[in-house]
Amino acid sequence: MLAYVIRRLLYAIPILVGVNLLTFALFFVVNTPDDMARMQLGVKRVTPEAIQKWKAERGYDKPLLWNATASGSATLTETIFFSKSVRMFAGDFGRADDGRDIAREIATRMGPSLAIALPTFVLGLFVAIAFALLLVFFRATALDFSGVVLCVAMMSISGLFYIIGGQWLVSKVWHLAPISGYGGGFDAAKFLFLPVIIGVIGGVGGSARWYRTIFLEEITRDYVRTARAKGLPERVVLFRHVLRNALIPILTGVVVVIPTLFMGSLLTESFFGIPGLGSYTIDAINAQDFAVVRSMVFIGSVLYIVGLLLTDISYTLADPRVRLQ
Amino acid sequence: MSFQIVLLWSDALLFVLIAAIVGLALWARRQDALRAAWGRVLKDGVAMAAATVLAVFVLIGLLDSLHYRARLEAQPGAAARYAVEVNSALDALLSDLRQRGEKTYSAPLATHLFAKEALENSTQREFPRLKHGGAHLGQDLSGHEFDIALRLSRGLAAALAVWLALVALVSRTRKQEFMAVLRVMRSGIPGDGAGNDPKVVQSKATGAVLVALLAILLLFGVALSLGGGYHVFGTDKVGQDVLYLSLKSIRTGLLIGTLTTLVMLPLAVLLGILAGYVGGWVDDLIQYLYTTLSSIPGVLLIAAAVLMMQVIIDTHPQWFATSAERADARLLALCLILGMTSWTGVARLLRGETLKLRELEFVQAAQAFGVGRFAIMRRHILPNLMHIVLIALVMDFSGLVLAEAVLSYVGVGVDPTTISFGTMINTARMELAREPMVWWSLAAAFSFMFALVLAANLFADAVRDAFDPRSST
Repeated sequence: MLAYVIRRLLYAIPILVGVNLLTFALFFVVNTPDDMARMQLGVKRVTPEAIQKWKAERGYDKPLLWNATASGSATLTETIFFSKSVRMFAGDFGRADDGRDIAREIATRMGPSLAIALPTFVLGLFVAIAFALLLVFFRATALDFSGVVLCVAMMSISGLFYIIGGQWLVSKVWHLAPISGYGGGFDAAKFLFLPVIIGVIGGVGGSARWYRTIFLEEITRDYVRTARAKGLPERVVLFRHVLRNALIPILTGVVVVIPTLFMGSLLTESFFGIPGLGSYTIDAINAQDFAVVRSMVFIGSVLYIVGLLLTDISYTLADPRVRLQ
Repeated sequence: MSFQIVLLWSDALLFVLIAAIVGLALWARRQDALRAAWGRVLKDGVAMAAATVLAVFVLIGLLDSLHYRARLEAQPGAAARYAVEVNSALDALLSDLRQRGEKTYSAPLATHLFAKEALENSTQREFPRLKHGGAHLGQDLSGHEFDIALRLSRGLAAALAVWLALVALVSRTRKQEFMAVLRVMRSGIPGDGAGNDPKVVQSKATGAVLVALLAILLLFGVALSLGGGYHVFGTDKVGQDVLYLSLKSIRTGLLIGTLTTLVMLPLAVLLGILAGYVGGWVDDLIQYLYTTLSSIPGVLLIAAAVLMMQVIIDTHPQWFATSAERADARLLALCLILGMTSWTGVARLLRGETLKLRELEFVQAAQAFGVGRFAIMRRHILPNLMHIVLIALVMDFSGLVLAEAVLSYVGVGVDPTTISFGTMINTARMELAREPMVWWSLAAAFSFMFALVLAANLFADAVRDAFDPRSST
């Protein structure tokens, strides 16, 4: 097991290098730092000095890959590639345009992101499984059919409308929760209530329909027929036998998103004014803060790779037939 | 009126895509398995109703893709000059809606502006009269509600008349089906084979199409007769008709949903089959490529790529003659980026399926006969993957339409001057906070988008059920 985990971790290194090279190419080769400076400064204020100053402030005034003016190892280290891309592996993301340290900013913003994403994830999973189980219990009836139609209809509504509609209905008409904002400690609960509910409702359509097909696939298995032949009531068959076996593909399927919960949700956080990583990313995109976007791309892929690893491990834990070599 | 035809890049690609779909359909007709699968879709009532709705959306989108520049009034003898503004056939059809702008917000079917303003020659603040909404009523507004009711019933009646004529036409050409239905109804015993009569099944699908057509015709009739005198969905902040904006948004959504697949499919098919069939280091390389790409969270990768594309467009203004061309380039670039980031999932599926196909007898036989690698991939593997390609294509469409709205909201979507569902929602979002609330832009965007995505989802489900061999149970 340990050997397997280590091997998978080593396997992640070339992928991270690939991500790193890709973002480097995207941010520094497709457009030169001069182009970025020209665009950010605007057409009017573009002078060679202004561009130089902009580049120097961000450390973009070095050569891309090879510094011919330096000597020794500095020919490689005194470059944009080393200072901006290679140092990400050490957790050094540099500074944002407002001068703050990106790594520290990320550490403080992870909390609020997680405070929203984790309850949404757990509650959403629970609600979707319960709903899918209900549909399967009443399968091939009008209730099942209208439930599936409801799921498809809910999937067809943009996430933006769930948030806008939810904010309007719950906060503006019913005055049940504050429309946006965030507080520390127990104060946070009243701010978290609405985004979590909306996140659960917005996601339940797609996942419930997917879980329903998993349950239906499971229900045609031989052991289910055996259980029914023993004379077990349908309720027991469904809850004791089918649920337990169908949970394996469902849970292993969602494990991959658990680490990315740290990243938060772009839409939810920006609409509700929650100071998490999602709103940090959106602000950076709107302000065209390239350093922050670059860091978030890197962190996102690290978390995704961790998720893949957790998925493989969870297979062995959930299903003893799977052996990792 | 003479005009100069403008062929934007996105228009050209859209027409190429339509031609490709027609060509594929003709090819599929000759393949027994594909014809049988499409036959199942054609017999599915829900799918056919959804397809009818989709066809209307596609028609509007295509009309909106025929662009031209109107000729300006010029001195006789002088060289012809054309307007800078690029319009489409849809703009020409809707020129009433487009040109009858108001000053600012007005509610649906209103006769007055939404906000009070200080009128001329008066110290009081009043709701100013709209320039076009209800203008035919004159000063006497007592007939406002009656006029609306009259127009409503007139529109409904006209739509119903058209529909009944259509039903008469269909029932004449499809006489046998209707007779079969009548026989079943008269015998009074449903089930027992009668329900499985192919003619009855087919007539159910025809009926579903007719019901969908009725709904569409009723909406059209009402919109036409009310739209002649009022703003059916009100006007937005700068006084543009919201119905016009919604109709214009359709093209953007369709383009994003279809052109992206034009980028994605060749990549996914080529790399997926190569990885699965050739194996070895090619497989390793392609797997590495898509694992790396898919390990970056989608929105972030798209955001990063779009930010970089913006820099390119902003630093090269000389590339684009008109603002329409610039917006179009940005739309295409967005499709390109979405395609580049979304081919990985389909490629993975195709690789897996190719691995299975590679071991089957007919491929082994072809290898034994000495057929070349690429001939095998093209003639024996690709046709057997078409169902996966098709399913992926229709399943992705609705997701892409939804993604456009989110990306435009985040600020990495279409050009802000392009009319799209995303830009509509983005501007309408703050209007809910106004007191009293401005709800109609959002409602219009919601209903149009919901209809489009729901139809696409229902159609995609039917296609998947018909083509996926596993889902037949």
